[in-house]
Formats: sequence, structure tokens, C-alpha cells
Amino acid sequence: MVRASEQPALTVQDYLSPVENQWCPGCGNFGILRAVKKALAELKLEPHQVLFVSGIGQAGKFPHYLKCNLLNELHGRALPAAVAAKIVNPELTVIAVGGDGDGYGEGGNHFLNAMLRNVNITYLVHDNQVYGLTKGQASPTSDRGFVTKTTPTGAWEPINPMALAIACNASFIARSYSANTEHLVKMVKMAIQHKGFSLVDIFQPCVTYNKVNTYQFYQTHLYKLDDEEGYDPTDRIAAFNKSLEWGEKIPIGLFYRAERPVFEENLQAARGEPLVKQKLDPMKFETLLDEYI
Amino acid sequence: MPLDVNFLVGGEAGQGIQTIGFVLGKTMARGGLHVFTDQDYESRIRGGHNFFRVRVKDEEVKAHNEKLDILIALNKETVELHKNDMKENGIVILDGQALKMDAGTPGFVDVPLEKLAVEAAENKIMSNSVAVGAVLGLVGYDFEILADVLRWHFAKNTEKIQEDNVRAARAGYDYAAERIPKGFTKISRAASDGKRMFINGNEALSLGAMAAGCKFLAAYPMTPTTPILEFMADKGRDYNIAVLQPEDEIAAINMIVGAAYTGVRTMTATSGSGFALMVEGIGLAGITETPIVVVLGERAGPAVGLPTRTEQGELLFAIRTGTGEFPRAVMTPATAEDAFYLTAKAFNLAEKYQTPVIILTDTHLANSYNDVSKFDLKQIKIDRGALLTNAEAVKLTDYKRHQVTESGVSPRALPMQSRALVVTDSDEHDEYGHMTESAEIRTRQVIKRLKKYSGLKSEMGQPRFHEMPDAELTLIGWGSTYGAIKEASEMLKKEGAANNVLHFSEVWPFPVETVAPILQNSRKSIVIENNATGQFAHLIRGETGHKVSGTINKFDGRPISPSFILNELRKGVV
Repeated sequence: MVRASEQPALTVQDYLSPVENQWCPGCGNFGILRAVKKALAELKLEPHQVLFVSGIGQAGKFPHYLKCNLLNELHGRALPAAVAAKIVNPELTVIAVGGDGDGYGEGGNHFLNAMLRNVNITYLVHDNQVYGLTKGQASPTSDRGFVTKTTPTGAWEPINPMALAIACNASFIARSYSANTEHLVKMVKMAIQHKGFSLVDIFQPCVTYNKVNTYQFYQTHLYKLDDEEGYDPTDRIAAFNKSLEWGEKIPIGLFYRAERPVFEENLQAARGEPLVKQKLDPMKFETLLDEYI
Repeated sequence: MPLDVNFLVGGEAGQGIQTIGFVLGKTMARGGLHVFTDQDYESRIRGGHNFFRVRVKDEEVKAHNEKLDILIALNKETVELHKNDMKENGIVILDGQALKMDAGTPGFVDVPLEKLAVEAAENKIMSNSVAVGAVLGLVGYDFEILADVLRWHFAKNTEKIQEDNVRAARAGYDYAAERIPKGFTKISRAASDGKRMFINGNEALSLGAMAAGCKFLAAYPMTPTTPILEFMADKGRDYNIAVLQPEDEIAAINMIVGAAYTGVRTMTATSGSGFALMVEGIGLAGITETPIVVVLGERAGPAVGLPTRTEQGELLFAIRTGTGEFPRAVMTPATAEDAFYLTAKAFNLAEKYQTPVIILTDTHLANSYNDVSKFDLKQIKIDRGALLTNAEAVKLTDYKRHQVTESGVSPRALPMQSRALVVTDSDEHDEYGHMTESAEIRTRQVIKRLKKYSGLKSEMGQPRFHEMPDAELTLIGWGSTYGAIKEASEMLKKEGAANNVLHFSEVWPFPVETVAPILQNSRKSIVIENNATGQFAHLIRGETGHKVSGTINKFDGRPISPSFILNELRKGVV
């Protein structure tokens, strides 16, 4: 195989997909698409080296608009498939992608366990605090009081993905914003380069169904943890305190990073040659059969 | 007279019933005899009433029998519950002192299990080995075989523990040998070498999966298939198989889809309720044309039902499973041999047709040990179907994962095998794997997927058909009931009633062409199933239009035996 250093430089053009984009004009997803292409190019990851596993929702369509390997999974189920893909072929760069409803609602149990398991994959969550594909119902991250057709008296307590991730000791926890390309590229690159499970929760304005968490809203409230003097992303307690900030000031950036053993390296079978490359030989079980005699 | 001796070890959970039963069965099989065991236990770790039955014959045996020659009672309740199962000269072995029972009762052989264990090995726990020894002493079996089996069974323990068990067994053996009731059945080792495997359905199935090259198993513990997960987690370390216990069955099915898409052979194992959670994922494998193998070990439902007991209540659930329409195959192994060979076959079918294959077993098959000829690994051929070699993959340009072909099967590349991108989607998709709303493409893809049925059909094994001239009756069944139906058929024949047996180990796609003429020529056809509604009878009706003459159903969570079938036939119910 050609080594990365010998390849011509990659650009966002190398990830252009022929598929017609179905997102609404102005959708925050476009910013994420741009940033992810840029991050992949800068990391010199070619389309065939990357596997995207996506869920269902507007975010689930994301990898169709990108040149890559793609397993577009069921609603909420991207993580289990992504984890398994990485275990059987660690040479692949595996990125799971979905929305807040997909990942924190339908797939909540997988989210918890993927963080605990710490398989070396990246999880990008397009967090627009609303259901887009099903037309504007409350999502797990909708603000309390957010009125929709299914929550006429206002949404109830939202999930706090950052706090949850810190509680699960996820080994890389970041938040970014779709309209801040530079910041998002940086976070995505760091996440992909991190060894272990990396979460990037990405604020992404839904221009059609969320009239609260708008571009305006984020411009006003977001600030970068990078700008916070003395913030130490290896301090779990400090990270937890930051994760609770929601209101006038909302932090984005790397909340927490920890060095933790990676699941697949603890799995004896997955240590040697990738499982996908191993030869299948029925005859090697002869002695195992003899144990039953 | 042919040998046919039936033992039952009964007591509370946690008393070591399984060890006694297993060691007894293994010892008989090592001596070249034929053995079939079945187990009955409650959903609890301590207490209750559990038993392990061991049937020994000098010819092939594939079914259990209710009537007992020797009852090993580890508690009082066992005697009460099984006294009516005893044959006329049956013997009850018990420790009168420990159970505070009057051992003077006719038919009782009082063996001070605990006392002998303490005397021989200074350990009450060894009383289980005393019990096995006593059983073999009563029937005059070769003690050395038992000694070898005990050393083998406790091989992971210290040599002292092994020898203590042998000494304890010897004490029981010698004690019982002096108290053999007059004229009691003797069991001698057979002339054959005993080089047969003694194995249960779960183990045979696991070995089949491993031999077929399963490289990734994700499963959530659920009776009766938990031992598959445990077995492969253990053996997988030596044979490079990644085994995971995920958070739930939904994760399990999606994990195996992810691993299979990436390029390895994968499997999951569960029971009915876990399978219900997997249904959406099985549809995902259908539309993304991902080869997976799913083991559905049936137990008595619905919902939690009788969690440790057997049933055949999910035949139609398996055959019809999934949202929407897509091809699948369903195997219903009848024996441990079937469990091995058909599981290996399931992996080939899954990859050749790039679609899910379901292996439908049940608690009875999963837990029953049987002696079988050593599995022949030379018969296991790995056929990965349209999976491209690396050399083929690097030549790909404009790769279409879901290319429409004559057979419905598309060339299958793997991610990172070459520069070709492998794209697939749970949404309806075009040939490239990208989602589509097009009516034309949708229609083409549905037809493409369903076309795979014609290939699948040609691969399905035919049912076992044991035909007798002038048969008045055809007994029909599927899955784990084979042994019982076959034996019932032979008993009927001895009584002068010629009959056929038609039994299915591969039910879907249904072999209509073979079955329809057999049924048309049957005078009377009876479908025997471990369920209440006669699902297979419905399937036959739906696939062939043939309405069977009657059904025999059992749905109390207990397996069907030959005598149950005969009794039902005699009742004239059918």
C-alpha cells in the first residue's frame, strides 16, 4: 500500500459525492460536511480508508454526501456496528455519525456502552435539539419548555450528553459548532487521532424546526474552552463542572481527555492480524473435537 | 434382550445433578454404549426440583424415555415426584441417613453417600462421585472407565482432587456392588472402542460455527443459548474468534451486521424474546445483503414463559421474521450431528446468498447430550460465494455493491480491500448503495433480492423420509422431535402398524416439490409438534395446500417422548 507521506495532498474535492443533497438550504449540517471533508484531507485519510457508519435522521444521510465506505444503519444503531467493524478491521478509520435523537434517544444504551467499552472509533453527533426528518418533534436535547407538536406544554428535562459522557469516563469528549469551521475541523481531527472512543457533539442549527437554538443563539452564547485560562481537560471534576454550564455562556471545545485501555487490545482474538485477513481452516479444529471423545 | 436402561438423577439446584448425570452418561459412552440424556431444571440457582435423565442402549438412541430403572434421589422430593415413573424392578438409590428416610422400603438401596465420601476423601462434596460409583456398582459396569472419566472431568483441578473423586467413586462402587438386587440388569461395555463424541446441541452448534470460520460472535445471555456464548468466549481465545457480550440483543444483531459488512463470518445466539429485539436488525441484514447467522434457541413463551423449558413455538416467527420482504433460510437441526453440520452450512448459505440464515433449535436439543461419530471436518467446505479476492477487488472500477445480476447475488467487495468504496444502506438504495426514492430502482432491488430464493431453494437439504410399504400413517415433524418420532414409528411397526416418518431439518425455503407428492400419497398424516397451534401443519397447508389428517401437540414446556406420541395416537385423538 502507498504510504500517506508519498501521496499527493488531498483536498475537499477528493471527498465529493455524486449524491444529490436533500438537506434544507441553510442547514447546519452543511458546515459539518465541509469541516469533516477538510479534517479528513488534512489527516491524509483517503476515502477508501474511512468507514462511516450512520444512523437514521437528517444526520444519518451525512455520509452519502461524502465519498467513503458507508454502512447506513438503522435508527439509533450506528455505534454497535461501528464498534464491531473496528474490532474486526482495526486498519479502518471508523467514524459513527448520527443526530441527537438517533444517538441519545433511540441509541442511548449503545451510547453509554460504547463510551465504557472505549473502542477506538469517533462518534460525531449532529445536535440540533430537535427532530428534523420527522418534522419538528422534541428531541432528547431539546431545552426544557421547548414547544413542539408532541410536547404542547413544553419538553421535559433534557439529556446532558457532555455530563453523561464524563460520567461514563469516555476517553475523549468535545463539543463544537457547525458554523465555526476552524474549531470544528480541529475537534474532528483531534477526535480521529485520539486512541479510544471520541465523542464530538456538534451544535447544528435546524433552520426549519428549531427557532430557539438558532445561528444567532449560538453566536451569542458560545465561548471556547481554549480561551479559558488554566482549563485542564484531564481534570474530570473540572470537566463535569463545565458540562453543567448552560445558559448565558455555553462552552465548546475539548472538555475531557483520558488515557484508557482500548477494548480491542484487550480482546485476545483481535490482537494479531486483523480478523478480516485471517484464513479460515476447518481442519485446525481436529484437536478440539477430540476433547469430546 | 436389547439393552435399554434409564437413569434419573434428581434433587435441588446446586446439588451437582448435572455433574452426576453427565459423568454417568460420558462413562457409558466411553464404554461404547449409546447414550441420550435430557435435563429438566427450574429458573433458579438453588433449591427447587431439577433432574438429569440418562438413557443407555446398545443401539443408537436419539430420544429420552420416562420409565426409570434407577433413580438417584438426592432429596426426598425426588422420590415422591418420580416413584410412579419406576419400572417394575426399578431401584431407588438414596442416602437414607442424610435424607432422614426409611431406606428399608422395597426397591430402595441405601447408600450412605456422605459418609462414604468423608471416609474415602475426607470431603462431603465428593458424595456426587460416590453416587456415580454406586450406580455403576449396581449394574456391574467397568470401574476403570469411570475412573478415567472422572480424571478427565476434573482435569483442570489438582491431581489430588481427581484422585479423591476416583476414591470416592470406588467406595460407592464397592458398597453398591455388594448390594445388587437379585436378577438386576447388568451393563457391560460394548465391543466397540467408544471413540465417539459425547456432546450436546449447544456444543455441537458452537463447534460447527467455529469450524465454518465464525470470527465474531456477539450475544446477550439468554437460556437456552447462553452456553454458546460461554463456550465461544472460552475457546475463541485459542482460535482467534472475537466474542462480545454487548448491552442488549439489539446491539448484538447490529454488531454482527457491522462485523459481517466489514468482512468476517459472524453469528449471534438468543432465544425468542431476544430474537424479537433483533428482528429489525435481521431486516437490516436483508436489505443491506449482509451475511449473518442467527441462532434462535426456542424456549416456552410467550414473553418470559417458562424460561428453562422447551417448546417449538417460534417456527413461523423465524420463517416470517422481519419488516418487509427479503430472502432468508431457516435450519431446524434434529440432532447434535445436524447442529454441527447445518450450522457450518448456514455460514456458507449466508455468504453465498448474502442474506440472514436462522438456526432454529430449542432447549431440548441445546441441553441434551448424545453420543455421535466424531464430526468430519473434511466435510466442512468454506464457500464464501461472490466475495471478491483481493486481486479481483483491486481491478474494480465503478464498484456497485448492489449490482443487479441474474442470480440476485452481487459481487461483494470489503471496505479497505481495495480502493473500491463499499456503500450500503438500510434505506432502499440504488446499485451503488446510495438511498433512493425511485419506484423503478426500488422494484429492481426487491426483485434482485428475492431472486436469491431460487438459488437458496436448490441448496436446501431434503427432509428425512423413512418409508415403509403399505404405510397407513405418515408421522411428520421438524427439529428436535426427530428421535422421539423415529422411535415411536419403530414401536408402531413392531405392533404391526406400518408407517412413514417425514422429518425436516431444513424448513425454509420449504421443499414443496419433494413434500407435496409424499403427502398426496399418504393415507393419513399426523404432524407432531412441541407447540399448541400446530405451526408446521399450517406451513404445510400454506406451501402445499395439503391439509394434514391431524396433529399431536405438547406445550407444557416438556419435550416429546416416543411413549407420549404412542399414547396420543392410542387415545384416538388423531
